[in-house]
Amino acid sequence: MTQSVVVQVGQCGNQIGCCFWDLALREHAAVNQKGIYDEAISSFFRNVDTRVVGDGGSISKGKICSLKARAVLIDMEEGVVNEILQGPLRDVFDSKQLITDISGSGNNWAVGHKVFGSLYQEQILEKLRKSAEHCDCLQCFFIIHSMGGGTGSGLGTFLLKVLEDEFPEVYRFVTSIYPSGEDDVITSPYNSILAMKELNEHADCVLPIDNQSLFDIISKIDLVVNSGKLGTAVKPKSLVTSSAGAFKKQQEKPFDAMNNIVANLLLNLTSSARFEGSLNMDLNEISMNLVPFPQLHYLVSSLTPLYTLADVNIPPRRLDQMFSDAFSKDHQLIQADPKHSLYLACALMVRGNVQISDLRRNIERLKPSLQFVSWNQEGWKTSLCSVPPVGHSHSLLALANNTCVKPTFLELRERFMRLYKKKAHLHHYLQIEGMEESCFTEAVSSLSALIQEYSQLDATKSMPMEDLPRLSVAV
Amino acid sequence: MSIVTVQLGQCGNQIGFEVFDALFSDSHCPQGLCSKRENEAYQASCKERFFSEEENGVPIARAVLVDMEPKVINQTLSKAAQSGRWKYGQCSCFCQKQGSGNNWAYGYSVHGPRHEESIMNLIQKEVEKCDSLSGFFIIMSMAGGTGSGLGAFITRNLQDQYSNSLKMNHIIWPYGTGEVIVQNYNSILTLSHLYRSSDALLVHENDALHKICAKLMNIKQISFRDINQVLAHQLGSVFQPTYSEEGSSHYRRNPLGDLMENLVPHPEFKMLGVRNIPQMSEHSLAYSTFTWAGLLKHLRQMLISNAKMEEGIDWQVRPPLSGAPTLGKMSVNKNLHFNTSLANLVILRGKEVHSADLGGFKDPALYTSWLEPDNAFNMWKTQRAFNRYEKSAALVSNSQFLVKPLDMIVGKAWNMFASKAYIHQYTKFGIEEEDFLDSFTLLEQVVASYRNL
Repeated sequence: MTQSVVVQVGQCGNQIGCCFWDLALREHAAVNQKGIYDEAISSFFRNVDTRVVGDGGSISKGKICSLKARAVLIDMEEGVVNEILQGPLRDVFDSKQLITDISGSGNNWAVGHKVFGSLYQEQILEKLRKSAEHCDCLQCFFIIHSMGGGTGSGLGTFLLKVLEDEFPEVYRFVTSIYPSGEDDVITSPYNSILAMKELNEHADCVLPIDNQSLFDIISKIDLVVNSGKLGTAVKPKSLVTSSAGAFKKQQEKPFDAMNNIVANLLLNLTSSARFEGSLNMDLNEISMNLVPFPQLHYLVSSLTPLYTLADVNIPPRRLDQMFSDAFSKDHQLIQADPKHSLYLACALMVRGNVQISDLRRNIERLKPSLQFVSWNQEGWKTSLCSVPPVGHSHSLLALANNTCVKPTFLELRERFMRLYKKKAHLHHYLQIEGMEESCFTEAVSSLSALIQEYSQLDATKSMPMEDLPRLSVAV
Repeated sequence: MSIVTVQLGQCGNQIGFEVFDALFSDSHCPQGLCSKRENEAYQASCKERFFSEEENGVPIARAVLVDMEPKVINQTLSKAAQSGRWKYGQCSCFCQKQGSGNNWAYGYSVHGPRHEESIMNLIQKEVEKCDSLSGFFIIMSMAGGTGSGLGAFITRNLQDQYSNSLKMNHIIWPYGTGEVIVQNYNSILTLSHLYRSSDALLVHENDALHKICAKLMNIKQISFRDINQVLAHQLGSVFQPTYSEEGSSHYRRNPLGDLMENLVPHPEFKMLGVRNIPQMSEHSLAYSTFTWAGLLKHLRQMLISNAKMEEGIDWQVRPPLSGAPTLGKMSVNKNLHFNTSLANLVILRGKEVHSADLGGFKDPALYTSWLEPDNAFNMWKTQRAFNRYEKSAALVSNSQFLVKPLDMIVGKAWNMFASKAYIHQYTKFGIEEEDFLDSFTLLEQVVASYRNL
């Protein structure tokens, strides 16, 4: 079994990361009743004997002593990380696996990337190497960050190049929070576009997510839960937004519910690699199946169900509803409508008591309403994991490589151009050593090229399907 | 003689377990419908083929388990051990930490050479446990990365190292739609490589097995376990001990050799399929009786019309009139979707087996013109019943049945290849566009050859 390391960068990255570790512990606690340190847990946690001073404390088998997250926490301000280290999860993090500064990046990609990048390069390398050494077989780095700020965006993407150079064989999965339309950071378009270029070039797979979609999902859930339509029916633990029953007690912060959705996404993404099932799907299979061309590696994700009703026996109709919902635009984690755009590839990762016939029935049912690119008409990748998420009897994570990401990128470019044409706030960036106007123009070109690729694919949507002439052989 | 089974990847290991379980259950089944002595001889023969003995009496499957990640093998080992009736050898597995990522190139070019020595050593140890070796049975899927890529690599190694032993690859043909997106690439690479290094390819299609589960077994929520159990039943009906037709007094000793001899007369034609009749849930079995005439009539029509099971058979399809000129025969065949055979083997098990009349299978119209029916058709009859079916018939066939599925896979792979999608994932590990082209060429050849039977 392989291990993964989570690198959480910036305020957003660390807050989400914190939710992730919380839920991961809860999930493993529910599955692993005997407290034995097994391979599933080892994918994200080390087992450490805390009585041993220094680094020698790792225990590979036997009872769980003290679990340490395979994580590196990076922030150029101290506030968020300090809060984590003083909170209920403080024992889960290795205090040596942090990099912090005091001044912050001022919502400036260039500060994050160029200034802090060069300042902390050695330290970053050291912490990453250390975390890799603790792994038997390191398969993947999960980077969590936001695109609109300075640290997550700048330093987070600086990291990608470091990872690519230092660990070329290890996958780089990036969970990126894209700025919504009403983002309050004025320079977020600059930061995002500069970051996009790095994502284009150095990430294996990107899961774009935006706050607006997360917020809409939460509103939807609140509506259902509070409307009383379902009566007493919703199981509290089953809310995809909840951390009920987890270590953190207070749930009052506004972003908690939204972060939990992202945390659940990451857990479900890795479930089939950690737990057993009749059709396993490892992390390297995600990239293999969903990335037909290296630059087209942006995957739109959706999670269903968002909550579970209290009745335990789920009739097949409700199971089928779960599949239908995964394709509706209300369940996507970015503002996108995959159903009305072109699919390049689609992955369905199912957890719980769902069998191959349920999966096939739903694929057959939904296929006619979806458009797939001509060379991948049956572009489905599926997996069945027997272990459901906590509080649910089954769940589905859909990952789509779909041209519906294009509008997000187009809008981003537009917001960028509005600022850039007026040279607004540009001096904050250009005064940083290593930054020139060409950085901006190159970044926009990179994005435009990507948008162009999606447009070209979209153009093939309405073309008739032709079978190409085959090789003819003499008999 | 013994068969050494190599189980590769998740699919191979999950299936392998069900196969050994089915073989064991059947051989220890009390309702053999034959004398005690007969039953004991059957058990002993089955044991010799598939199990070796341990001191405390629990039989050990003659198998090597290979996977590039540990979850499935761990499960398989514990399932077998839990049953208490048979188990896998403690040192018979080879496992790594990270899978092949559905990448044929990774399985073939990275895992293969890296682990060649360890895996071949394991196989060697298993071979040494056999008094005499009939050959290798390699269970693998085509759609993934380990079974397909590593499987192709290992098969080639077996050909080099054990050139005198036979190899039969048991291949799982994936569902038409989506288990794995790159399944068509992986499939054509696997098939083309195996065609060069294997002696026979025994194919099971997931779609067909799924239909059997739905229509014949009446299972509502079909799991892979259900599918694998149907498959295991079919394999068991072929591989369990049989007498030769001449009514000799002991069971055949060389299962693989006998199969190949009868079914693979020409190296250009290696694709074999299995059909089984009857197939039903245990519940229904209790209420059913059969006649040989009825079973064989259905089985014959299943062969001719390329049906996968005894329900929904197209009875309109008829063999062409014998005596028609060859040209006319070919066009008539095409019109009626008639499935021409190269060679057939019918295995009958159960009550009154000697009264069964197989004349219908000896009709020359069923076969291609360049083999005499006497050479093309064989039958094995055994009185001992299989898996509690009072009468059961299995048909192993080398026929045109895979032309359409193969053609489809080649077509889809070709379309994808033309757009160059996913190719970078393969070239990363040393499989170049030329390798793809070679595979396409070989398989087009196979399709054409079978079409022209």
